[in-house]
Amino acid sequence: MATDTTLKKFLDETGRIAVFTGRFLNEWFRPRYEISEFFRQCYIIGYKSLPLIGLTGFIIGLVMTMQLRPSMVNYGVESQIPAIVGISIIREIGPIITALIFAGKIGSSIGAELGSMKVTEQIDAMEVSGTNPFKYLVVSRVLATTFMLPVLVLLSDCIALYGSYLGVNIKGITSWSLFWNKVFTNLIYADIFPAFIKTFFFGFIVGIIGCYKGYHSSKGTEGVGRSANSSVVVSSVLIFITDLLVVQVTDLIGYG
Amino acid sequence: MADPDSNDTVISGVAPGISRSAPQSKEEVIVISHLYKSFGSNRVLQDFNLTLYKGQNIVVLGKSGSGKSVLIKCIIGLLRPDAGEIFVFGKNVPELNHFALDELRARIGFLFQSNALYDSMTVRDNLEFPLRRHWIQVTQAQVNDMVMEALEDVGLAHTVDMMPVELSGGMRKRIALARTLILKPDIILYDEPTTGLDPITGKEIIDLIVEIQNKYNTASLIISHDMNCVRLASDLVAVLIEGKCYALDTYDRLKSSTDPNVKPFFEQ
Repeated sequence: MATDTTLKKFLDETGRIAVFTGRFLNEWFRPRYEISEFFRQCYIIGYKSLPLIGLTGFIIGLVMTMQLRPSMVNYGVESQIPAIVGISIIREIGPIITALIFAGKIGSSIGAELGSMKVTEQIDAMEVSGTNPFKYLVVSRVLATTFMLPVLVLLSDCIALYGSYLGVNIKGITSWSLFWNKVFTNLIYADIFPAFIKTFFFGFIVGIIGCYKGYHSSKGTEGVGRSANSSVVVSSVLIFITDLLVVQVTDLIGYG
Repeated sequence: MADPDSNDTVISGVAPGISRSAPQSKEEVIVISHLYKSFGSNRVLQDFNLTLYKGQNIVVLGKSGSGKSVLIKCIIGLLRPDAGEIFVFGKNVPELNHFALDELRARIGFLFQSNALYDSMTVRDNLEFPLRRHWIQVTQAQVNDMVMEALEDVGLAHTVDMMPVELSGGMRKRIALARTLILKPDIILYDEPTTGLDPITGKEIIDLIVEIQNKYNTASLIISHDMNCVRLASDLVAVLIEGKCYALDTYDRLKSSTDPNVKPFFEQ
């Protein structure tokens, strides 16, 4: 009985998210275009996330290199560290870690912001002021997350590889040009393109779930907290599921 | 249920008003007829009828959860009624499309119970927001003048560059009122304007409502529990009981009513 109720709630929620996504797809290309709000959100979501994303990327590149070194030395393939780190970061670690940090920072902030706007009637006030709040708040934020996450992932990958370069040089000597030569000669188109494309989906997920949870927030401040929390949890789970699906699809079409 | 012919119930008329001086006309600005609204099995409004004339203030009185806020949200088009008609300036709100509704909303001010000031914007941006969103053709200099005029009306011109979080509860209410006034609306809907304020600040807000009404000759529908507000700001008081407009009369006449459903409201 309890399982039935849980299943029903899960299906209900999935249906509502699907309807919300459908509304986004229906509204995003129709006028009135909230261009200035879109750019404002790009600044908040993209530019202001850069320090956190950059720092995390740097540490991941550095630590990953330091952790790999002992095993690589044992096998006598120490010179292949840049290649292995490069492929790992660009194919998987960079996109997934950046997306999860992005979900934690931006997903929760969107969920809390829209949730608090909902419970303090700011969304109603917007509607009364001749504004379509869905376009102004949801469409602008979802587009901003969708386009900003790929940019952040690219930057994070570069910073992570720079961290790796420093990591390689802690216990050895590798020149700048040799390091990058090793990284790029071992990377192929199939490593970069699918990894880059999936980040658009990750960004979309973070935006749409954060907005959905905030937009449907209720029960006062408790509801706002719950919206922020569940935005992170649901978008993180969906990021992993999407990643799994993308890997299967790219395998099927020969990009694996 | 009250007898409609009784002197204790539905009587039209205009109270002398303590400080109300704006002229009233027989021009109907809001006509609500046979309005129904339910949430699941909870029937909130049932055959609700009310007419508001230009320059008139009606205060809607009712218990918590009796549907007062639902009523004004139906009028502004934030909620869709299950049945019935709401004519605002001759246009039936539930039948309007999005564009027509936005056009109509430019003539209606709405003061939210929670003020609903945008936290991420300054006071100036909060006031400019409705001007810019309603596609009103004005220059930046005119916008500045309109913002300052609205702020001066509420006595808070010095807060123009402050953030809402820096203001006290009473100041926030005044700024929300200034935002409502910026479009010079013909009708203002007030959702519990004095809730959460101390009696002195509450009285200041009531005075401001009356002052604004006198200055701009707006019609107002005020949702309130505050008997001070009911007494000072009303031409007529509508008592909402079981989803219906149970009684509509002046404050003084309702106060002396012996109707057992009406009397408890005035015994505070």
